Amino acid sequence: MTIHKGRGFACINYPIGMNLGGDPSQALVHSNPDGKFTVALSAIDLGQGMKSVTRQIAAETLGVPVEDVYVDTADSDTGPHDMGSFASRGTHRVGNAVIRAAEEARGVMLEAAAEELEVDAGDLVTDGRGNIHVRGAPSRSITTMAASQAAQFKQGRTIAGRGIFLIPLSEVDPETGEMTPVSCFAHAGLVVDLTVDDETGEVEVLQINSAYEVGRALNPRLVEQQLIGGAWMGLSHALWETTEPYYPNRDHGPVDFVNYLMPGPGEVTPHNIAVLERPAEDAPFGGKGPGEMCANPVLPAVANALYNAVGVRFDELPITPEKILRGLRANGGARPQAVRQG
Amino acid sequence: MIEFRKDLFADERDDTLNEVGKPTRRQDILGHVTGRSPYFDDHLFDGLLHMRAVRSPHHHARIRRIDTAEAERMPGVVRVLTGKDVPQNLNTLLSLLDFGIDDEPLLSTDKVAYRGEPVACVIAATELQARDAVAKVRVDYEELPAVFDVEEALKPGAPTVNPVYPKNAFVYHGRYDHQKLRFGDVDAALAQADHVVEGRYQMSPIEQAPMETCGAIAAPEQNDRYVCYTSTQALFFSLGTAAKMLKMGSNRLHFIGGTVGGGFGGKVDSLHEPMAILGASLTGRPCKFAWDREEEMQVGAPRGAERWYLTDGVMNDGRIVARKFTGYFDSGAYTRLSSYAIIKGVGHLPGPYTIPNVHADVYCVFTNRTPATAMRGFGITGVDFAIEAHMDKVAEVVGMNPIDLRILNAYRDGDMKAHRRLAKNTALIECCQVAAQKAGWSIAPSSQAAASMKDGGGARAALPAHTVTDQKGLVEGFDSGSYAKKAGASAPPSPSSAQPNRPTPTPTPGQAAPAPAQARPAPQTAASSPDQPRNKPNRFSSLSGFRRR
Repeated sequence: MTIHKGRGFACINYPIGMNLGGDPSQALVHSNPDGKFTVALSAIDLGQGMKSVTRQIAAETLGVPVEDVYVDTADSDTGPHDMGSFASRGTHRVGNAVIRAAEEARGVMLEAAAEELEVDAGDLVTDGRGNIHVRGAPSRSITTMAASQAAQFKQGRTIAGRGIFLIPLSEVDPETGEMTPVSCFAHAGLVVDLTVDDETGEVEVLQINSAYEVGRALNPRLVEQQLIGGAWMGLSHALWETTEPYYPNRDHGPVDFVNYLMPGPGEVTPHNIAVLERPAEDAPFGGKGPGEMCANPVLPAVANALYNAVGVRFDELPITPEKILRGLRANGGARPQAVRQG
Repeated sequence: MIEFRKDLFADERDDTLNEVGKPTRRQDILGHVTGRSPYFDDHLFDGLLHMRAVRSPHHHARIRRIDTAEAERMPGVVRVLTGKDVPQNLNTLLSLLDFGIDDEPLLSTDKVAYRGEPVACVIAATELQARDAVAKVRVDYEELPAVFDVEEALKPGAPTVNPVYPKNAFVYHGRYDHQKLRFGDVDAALAQADHVVEGRYQMSPIEQAPMETCGAIAAPEQNDRYVCYTSTQALFFSLGTAAKMLKMGSNRLHFIGGTVGGGFGGKVDSLHEPMAILGASLTGRPCKFAWDREEEMQVGAPRGAERWYLTDGVMNDGRIVARKFTGYFDSGAYTRLSSYAIIKGVGHLPGPYTIPNVHADVYCVFTNRTPATAMRGFGITGVDFAIEAHMDKVAEVVGMNPIDLRILNAYRDGDMKAHRRLAKNTALIECCQVAAQKAGWSIAPSSQAAASMKDGGGARAALPAHTVTDQKGLVEGFDSGSYAKKAGASAPPSPSSAQPNRPTPTPTPGQAAPAPAQARPAPQTAASSPDQPRNKPNRFSSLSGFRRR
């Protein structure tokens, strides 16, 4: 028995939003009389943080503290139309719709404040802490609460806004495939270090070093969670998971988590992440969706590391111990490749 | 360990924002960690009925007869549904986007094309009673030959899986049995390359594996409406699908969801909502239709299998001059979303590299297995595995550090991509550099000096002087909807793709311009006229204490 060390690299880009566009999202924003805001969406929070990221976007745009905003999602009677939470479209499409709705509501709030302060609304700014004041003259100020109360009870204004974001549908040329698939891309590069036991075919992933470019980390904690979870899923896809272990043969399909295997807590790999932020011009504050793309580079990086370790190309996923042992046998045993630094 | 490299692209970013960029705690976290967040299945109703599907044990079979008489007499059984109970028993999800032909029944009546396909649905007072009655539904099947391999399925004489597409391939733009990508002259470039590198890559189906299995609870509301609590990832997609299949105005449906126990793509094309609402409308009582884990894993649509063949032409210095793909997406028995994923995948080729000659033929193939659907990275994950495993082989052939090979060929701002649009906002090179640095994997000085904003565009922005096109895979007699299709001969050909001998697409009658992509159900019929007596107001309140999420 020998344990062979290997190192592999892969890099990817990933299209953000539904391919070809044509996938609108809407948002509604309104204020209570005391200047507390509700964002109504029909977008879904799958656990990825839809509510949280749109809450921060709305607060930033309105110019109020994040505690003054709550997001209500997914009631078809109150939330306006949205295509759904898939295709890395949530942050990009819904985020943009929320910006537009919040801008409209902010405009009314500033007009109400301007009337109270007897100034021009164009001269007003928000401090993000619940105050509206004249640019360059912080003493001439009114709270967002007072402005909202005046709007509701004195001026008869609705502090509310509607927003939609739509990238019009692109056509596809049947002859050449010419198309406008998406408006921005996320990126990643990733190095996997692992060992292979040539007697059992078992793989242990030692560490991952990665760089993910996400446009802007709208919430760094949520980004970190996505990247760590996504890399875990990528490893699981590479080495563990399938519903048809002998594809295209339909036999031996797992029906529960006893037979459908995924890495457990003990197999979570140490992961050193660098986040790069190159804002996309049409994305909300530049943010691209990190959720889908983060799994993708792990699969080929693992296959490339396995080749580096034992000199066998594994071109069929998942690369189970059975496939590794069969590959080693066909190869006449392990043939480790050049050691890569690190 | 995570670090934020604020030094990179700093001049393209305003880092003085108040709320954006802060690690604010999630709005819903307290509910999640205390177990109080209500999911669809937390909404309990008085008199809730349970639905279980009768499923095909065969991969492919004709249905001779379905006998529900004994099942209907079983204890607790309220009703047994079959295909004739479904108002519009044929659908394809993307019909809401005007893409593709209705090809999948909610409850099959004539034949089954995968193991697990539903042919009837028992509604009973308890789940156990529903399960017991399912075993008593007698279905006479005549087994048919089945096909499981994508390339076998495309051969002449293969059994027809999906009668809407008799040759087992989705029809693109009403014209071809695959989606084409043509950029430059790949065969000429391969002939001139110093090396040709070939590969074949296969990804097997993968389960999305959410903790919460798919499901929905529907109940009659007063005023002739239905409320539906659902685990869907796409509220208005599901609402539109239900409105279409039940021939019901969309505003008679009140969908509530939004807190979901994991989706990963498996809850985009769910059919639980129309089934549960159908049950509620035919029994007048709340109905729940949800999968158990076995159904989630073997009947629920997985990430589909993909097979890719790649051929690269590479020069001794590592420049890739040609890349050719043949791809097969295993869609299973019905279309679901695979047809869409292929267009997405084709728009992604040849990966994040600037390659002057690219060619792809990608097929959406029907086989006798569980229909495939979306999953994290849909349309991209499989081909990215192929491309990046292939890059390693190319690096070995030319004797280069694989990271240097990537940076040498990386796309940069201003480069022309194979789908004929210019690249912008790229950052592949920086990701390669930072990952290499973190791992202590040294790269060449030229790679270290490269940048996404440098050396792109110019000659690299040019379209190929000549693009080879062909009519391979031409299909007659299809008008597969107008989504993403050029409006035939009236559309001016783009200068880039104009060829003197390029065939002009024949406009087919009935092909409209792309419709606005609003989830809009097809014909809506009012189920009750105003002068009919109202249904007895039947209000079922949620016993869990949460009216809503």
